Amino acid sequence: MSATAGATGSAAGPARSTGPVRLLRSVARSRIGALGLALSGVVVVLGLFGGALAPADPFVPTGAPLRPPGAGHLFGTDDLGRDILSGVLHGARVSLLVGAVTALMAAVVGTAVGATAGFYGGATDDLLMRVTEFVQVIPRFFLAVLVAALFGPSIVFLVVLFGLTFWPGTARLVRSQVLSLREREYIVAARALGLRDRRVLARHVLPNVVAIVLVSGALQVGAAILIEASLSFLGLGDRTVISWGYMLNNAQPFLRSAPWLSIFPGIALVLAVLGTNLLADGLQAARDRPRA
Amino acid sequence: MRARFGLDRPIHEQLVVYLGNAVRGDFGTSYFHRRPALEIIADRIPATLLLMLTALALSTVLGVWLGATAARHSDRAADHAITIGTLVGGATPAFWLGQVLVIVFAVNLGWFPVQGMNTVRGVPDGFARVVDLLHHLVLPATTLGLLQLALVTRLTRTGVREALADEYVRTARAKGLRPGAVLRRHALPNALLPVVTVVGGHFGTMLTGAVLTEIIFAWPGLGRLLFDATLARDYPLLMSIFLIASASVVIANLLTDLAYGALDPRVRLR
Repeated sequence: MSATAGATGSAAGPARSTGPVRLLRSVARSRIGALGLALSGVVVVLGLFGGALAPADPFVPTGAPLRPPGAGHLFGTDDLGRDILSGVLHGARVSLLVGAVTALMAAVVGTAVGATAGFYGGATDDLLMRVTEFVQVIPRFFLAVLVAALFGPSIVFLVVLFGLTFWPGTARLVRSQVLSLREREYIVAARALGLRDRRVLARHVLPNVVAIVLVSGALQVGAAILIEASLSFLGLGDRTVISWGYMLNNAQPFLRSAPWLSIFPGIALVLAVLGTNLLADGLQAARDRPRA
Repeated sequence: MRARFGLDRPIHEQLVVYLGNAVRGDFGTSYFHRRPALEIIADRIPATLLLMLTALALSTVLGVWLGATAARHSDRAADHAITIGTLVGGATPAFWLGQVLVIVFAVNLGWFPVQGMNTVRGVPDGFARVVDLLHHLVLPATTLGLLQLALVTRLTRTGVREALADEYVRTARAKGLRPGAVLRRHALPNALLPVVTVVGGHFGTMLTGAVLTEIIFAWPGLGRLLFDATLARDYPLLMSIFLIASASVVIANLLTDLAYGALDPRVRLR
């Protein structure tokens, strides 16, 4: 158990460096986890280097308008003669950015709130959980539409908004985990030894909630990607960067004459979200599996 | 003009006035329609409700059947096919699924109309009008229903799998009940409890899906209104839609909790 690794203090150093590798290996052991890792890996690579791989600038016309997929333009061109393949490759960046930053912010805030509520209990717990429930019922998509309409479409606003609204799920999971951990003997022992609360939390409690935070984080990446795409589809996305949602918005008038405008960005979107959802399943399975 | 809508006053005063009015049921006047925002929204709710309820009914019936089938044939071809379907369905955005259905069934096959709620020219009367409406409803309801279907199927499958491994199911089998009866009478009722909770808790997601579906199919409900309001920068209307959406999510959660108490005698609400 990682609890013993944490308890011996100095052993935590080397254990931490091999931790992620061991986790990835464990995830890849299931077929679902392996597929999730592969698809998520592709999104990360495209998000970082997709622009360099793309044959053209996604905003600059490079061919005749509405050309079907074929030589020269593998995925065809849109109504302005822009290369669809380049758009799909460049579009990964927005999805990756929105997904990753959202999950990261949700993990940090959610873990802090959930761990504090679960560890201290009582009035602190009550207050934090009421706030959590309040934030949880806010319909994110509608709030995002409102913010985009009021302050203009901006990817920075969107990411901040997601960070502020996605954490309740994580907080509730972490809280229930911490509630059960709090009564375990090794935590009671650590507190009896006179360790300060912060040290008990950081050294003995938090290492045991990492897995659950990762699972919910992976699901949040997918959910955030979908909401961003929905906003862009409504024309409320950031116009300065190309995104799959924007391309699908652009495709709407041409469903009859040029369906490839819709097909390729849509498949990219589904594969990206599917990948993170499968990764979440794989992480969950790795967590449930008894350790050898 | 600015004075008429109170826009000449400082922003914090505007907020206080707005909240005060909202509590009394006055959600402001739409800039664009020049009518009370709440009235405009109320006009659109029936269309959205029709779409959501149809999709909910479709996805619940189909989803429970598919989920139970997958659980009964655990780890066989049918189970794997259904599981893959739910995974892909859960990752598909409403608006893209809608576009694909339009391309396949409206444009290429020509079975269903591309957009709208009624035929534009010469709306028929009486029974033919209902048929016309249903014809227009098929694609949007399928779009929204398929998304919900993934969730229901997945939950039913997990629930039934767990229930089938329980002691009371073994007892039911031991007393000689046929597998179908064991499933319907004993396993399903217990397995469906979490389905009720999660589906009720996903009301917000479904409303979002409905909004996007409506925009694809030009379905004259809340979604279309939201879209037009963003284009027109009609802030009182946008704000009202947001508040109504939030309130309906809270009410859906409350109804879910109450339903759970009614369905499961072990749950007692204090």
